[in-house]
Amino acid sequence: MFRIAKKKALSDAVILFEIEAKEIARKAKAGNFFVLKIHEQGERIPLTIADFDQERGTITAVFQKVGKTTHQLAMLNEGDSISDVIGPLGKNSHIENFGKVICVGGGVGIAPVYPIARALKEAGNTVISIIGARTRELIFWEDRMRIASDKLIVVTDDGSYGRKAVVTVPLDEFLREDTGIKRVIAIGPAIMMKFVCRTTEKYPVETIVSLNSIMVDATGMCGACRIEVGGETRFACVDGPEFDGQKVDFDLLMARQRMYLDEEKEAMECHRKKMGGN
Amino acid sequence: MEYKKPRNRVNMKEQAPLIRARNLLEVPLGYTPEEAMEEAGRCLNCARPACRTGCPVAIDIPAFIKLVHEGKFIEAAWKIKEENAMPAVCGRVCPQEIQCESHCILGKKGEPVAIGNLERFVADFEREADGLRIPEQPSHTGRKVAVIGSGPGGLSCSADLIKSGHQVTLFEALHKPGGVLIYGIPEFRLPKIIVEKEVDYIKKLGVEVIMNAVIGKMYTLDELINDHGYDACFIATGAGLPAFLGIPGENLNGIYSANEFLTRANLMKAYLFPEYDTPIKKGKRVAVFGGGNVAMDSARVALRLGAEKVYLVYRRSEAEMPARKAEIHHAHQEGIEFMFLTNPTRFIDDGKGNVCAVECIRMELGEPDASGRRRPVPLNGSEFRIEIDVGIPAIGTRSNPLLLSTIPDLRLNKRGYIIADHETGMTSKPGVFAGGDIVTGAATVILAMGAGRKVAKAINEYLKWKHWDTSGITV
Repeated sequence: MFRIAKKKALSDAVILFEIEAKEIARKAKAGNFFVLKIHEQGERIPLTIADFDQERGTITAVFQKVGKTTHQLAMLNEGDSISDVIGPLGKNSHIENFGKVICVGGGVGIAPVYPIARALKEAGNTVISIIGARTRELIFWEDRMRIASDKLIVVTDDGSYGRKAVVTVPLDEFLREDTGIKRVIAIGPAIMMKFVCRTTEKYPVETIVSLNSIMVDATGMCGACRIEVGGETRFACVDGPEFDGQKVDFDLLMARQRMYLDEEKEAMECHRKKMGGN
Repeated sequence: MEYKKPRNRVNMKEQAPLIRARNLLEVPLGYTPEEAMEEAGRCLNCARPACRTGCPVAIDIPAFIKLVHEGKFIEAAWKIKEENAMPAVCGRVCPQEIQCESHCILGKKGEPVAIGNLERFVADFEREADGLRIPEQPSHTGRKVAVIGSGPGGLSCSADLIKSGHQVTLFEALHKPGGVLIYGIPEFRLPKIIVEKEVDYIKKLGVEVIMNAVIGKMYTLDELINDHGYDACFIATGAGLPAFLGIPGENLNGIYSANEFLTRANLMKAYLFPEYDTPIKKGKRVAVFGGGNVAMDSARVALRLGAEKVYLVYRRSEAEMPARKAEIHHAHQEGIEFMFLTNPTRFIDDGKGNVCAVECIRMELGEPDASGRRRPVPLNGSEFRIEIDVGIPAIGTRSNPLLLSTIPDLRLNKRGYIIADHETGMTSKPGVFAGGDIVTGAATVILAMGAGRKVAKAINEYLKWKHWDTSGITV
């Protein structure tokens, strides 16, 4: 069992957990993810390791309430336990001094981009970060991202906070104005990552994305997370989760993410009924 | 007791095909004590029992059968357990027809003694009678062994090592122990409660089982050896990376590797969705590709999930199928439609990213290939389509690099499997042994168990002298 040491609501829909998992915290690196299963009947879901504290032996997860599992997870409180936590999984982010880099975090993707931005800054890079969300409510970790970046831009779709724009607008401006940018790291909804890649393809810059496909074992055994990169089938869990964004077939990724929409609805209905809602 | 004419085998009763095809209960119903004693009475108790030579773990078969005949069922179970810690599993999933039973003298003129059925009966009897006996704990040797992977190889090796007095830690990457016995083999062939009991038994022997431990990630092998004080490690991770057909459309929704399909159904209990949270596409028309036991299991699970039609598409003919005869027979009986000499060429998109059909081509058998089986050759122009909403390639597995890629000084063969001594399991890395599918490529439960036992013996020797001899390794 893995105890929840801290819970914080970053917004109505976005929750932060610090989970006691000493062995995972000890080994975690930027870019890694972990798998959790709440209880005996639960499903295994992958979540990015948004932060880790080796001394306290905790890992940080930030998740948005979307389906039954994340709703159930959000009902847990400090001191409660999660039955299974597995990790750290996936390859580490490639960290070196590239020079100047841009980190893009969209929605709940702000969380996983944070440790990467921090590691890149520690490695000596000049880090420009762009974080964005639909609306003010969903923006979080502005303070952390500011510390991890040399420059931070905040955007919202509806203009309720920061600049009214989608992340690709300031991204395009930076790339146009500064030819010294070597690398873009983008994490967020698949559609956002797709448009980030559309934006960056015009520039001589490498674009790295972190793919959040559906997983079961997340150790390469099942192939649920398979995606196509450069026309080849790859497993996001062991070959990734980070890939060269210009080669990723995002339409396939999005189609595969929708595979269980009906089942997710059904599970959510059942959950609501059980909780006494309508 | 002498019989002039061997009597016919006492067949084990089974659920009727069309009933069992819609439930998850076991197919064979087990012997009654009377049936078991009667069947045991057929054994001639040969002076030089050939059956034993056909058993990868050399169970004293005539001795246990004699005990069954005398009605000493629990003693019979203990007799088996001298050589095999998991008789309830092996009685069900071993291919006895090509092992012990194929050597039985009665088989020359009639049917061999039903050794597998008897093994299963005594193991079940012991469990149900609460007769599990925990052997006396040996004195501790002060040595520590890490076993990586809790499948049949890891379990059998752990059981032997703990009986030798070593401290044993069994690491499992998934959240439940048992490996393929839990995620792969379906409930109707091997009820999960039986695996749980067998694992419990191994825990009671003193083995520490740590779940959710992905070795290579959480700890490297060197950390286990250098920082955690393990004197030896046994890698028994299995061959867990699914092979795909490599044809267009294979990443459409509705196409599962057999590993994924079976893991969702067995380990995650997706057949109980939404009571259990893991979903699975319950196809109405399902095609499984392949001819091994995993293909049979996938087809029969699809049927039990409610499919109206399940096709089993195999590129060779029935004679070349690697699956057990009994499994093929069961699948036939349950209404699986076999399409032999047929190969898929592409999956068709319904326009929304879901598979709606598979295009296949007819094959004919040509000259024998490297495996000695006649090579299937496509018949040009014979393409046709089958409408499906779920497709399951079950064409084998490859070596999973997750752990192996973190051990640079471990030698692998061209296919990515570990190079290890056949007798001892010793690898190129001192203190590290390997066995089962991660050495041989995908094989059977009992072969992995046999490897686990051989390695346990070699580890025992190694721990006495810490002498590393790899002269026996051949590539």
